[in-house]
Amino acid sequence: MNHQPQIIWKQIVPGGCHWSGIIRRGTTLRLTDVDGGANAAVLFFNQEEKLERYNMADTLKSQHTFRLTKGHACHSDMGRIFCCITADTTGWNDTVCGLSDTDMIQKKYGTARFQEHRNQMFRSGLDGLLIELGKWGLGIRDIVANINFFSKVTTDTSGELAYQSGHSKSGDYVDLSFVMNTLMVLSTAPHPLDSKKPYQPGMVNLELFNTPPEAIKECLHISENIRALHNAQNFYCEGVK
Amino acid sequence: MNTSYLHTSPFNPEHAVIDEVCAAGEPWVKQVKQGQTFRIVDLEGNQAVDTLFYNAHNPEERYSAADTINRQNKLYLSTGSRLYSNLGNIMLSITADTCGQHDTLGGACSAESNTVRYAPEKFPMHSCRDNFLHALAHDPLCRELGISKRDLPSNINFFMNVPVTEAGGLEFADGVSAPGKYVEMHAEMDVIVLISNCPQLNNPCNAYNPTPIRLLIWD
Repeated sequence: MNHQPQIIWKQIVPGGCHWSGIIRRGTTLRLTDVDGGANAAVLFFNQEEKLERYNMADTLKSQHTFRLTKGHACHSDMGRIFCCITADTTGWNDTVCGLSDTDMIQKKYGTARFQEHRNQMFRSGLDGLLIELGKWGLGIRDIVANINFFSKVTTDTSGELAYQSGHSKSGDYVDLSFVMNTLMVLSTAPHPLDSKKPYQPGMVNLELFNTPPEAIKECLHISENIRALHNAQNFYCEGVK
Repeated sequence: MNTSYLHTSPFNPEHAVIDEVCAAGEPWVKQVKQGQTFRIVDLEGNQAVDTLFYNAHNPEERYSAADTINRQNKLYLSTGSRLYSNLGNIMLSITADTCGQHDTLGGACSAESNTVRYAPEKFPMHSCRDNFLHALAHDPLCRELGISKRDLPSNINFFMNVPVTEAGGLEFADGVSAPGKYVEMHAEMDVIVLISNCPQLNNPCNAYNPTPIRLLIWD
């Protein structure tokens, strides 16, 4: 992508931390893996009706894919698209392996409490998302299978999974071009299958810019995405074009 | 598919405490108590059985596809698979399976996803999520638990085969099941089973002909 976007807003999310916010339709959020090896666990909710949320199964089966990358869209459970992935320098993002929880973090990395470690304490992906969801009146019931941006997990024919270490490099980025007003919750805790020790989750940089006019077309080579985009436009009473 | 997962059960249907048939396109809800064995039989073959489990005493604890996948490092379900909750607990363990592979990625059909996957005019067709929502509105066990659409995560599709390629593709391959094949699981906690016996008419996996299933429970 040669386009040099004008950044409207930016935020650094250190490794192991969490963030949430409303991303408006017509804008693109760029997630950048600052140092390489980061994981960005993300869920999307419709800002107006938070019962509508990201749906792993519909996203995968509508696009006949197991990995998410440029040209794919993130589908809701109501037949609509939250956002299109309009750039991705990693080529593969996981959406089936879910979140790390406190037990997993403790077993893998040990314990590091705030008392001794201040903001270097160990935090889990589940706790990060629960804290962010709590700010919007949501909770454990709203946690479904999430996207893990920057993480690659492959499978063999028997379904055995393999986490690919070193997949995302310093400066790799993913652009999400939103077509719905979306509550996004994010955790930068380690991927649940990341075996690398010690606990050193990577920092993710967030930058927001206006979506270039042609960007959404990246996803419309898939006819299911055209129909899901129409459904999203209908939600905003824009009609089918 | 690895045939080493094929495992028959010693349980005799004559001794089952529950033995019911769920017609094509219907929901089915029942409690399975800790220690009981629960069997789903694909009576006519290649029927998708969309299934969810809830902790019978805590509706916030429910089957989690992501936890089931990441805690076993494995995508497909068969004999030996444990079905994990969103709180990291084992809800049920698969103890017998004459089919050999079950899907936990594909989720349920809905009126809305039918418009995306097939065509806008498919919206009025019956779907699994409609089945789930019907059960949530009417079934006494669901009403007692107080669960709603908010509590519908990604479900298991018993008897479905959704292979993933090494390159990251996703396929829908039919034909792993056959008349009379079954999957059986041991309940590790008291669970409420919520089933939609899939009414999908757009997908060739069941030859466009949804069929009944049989449900059995043993003490």
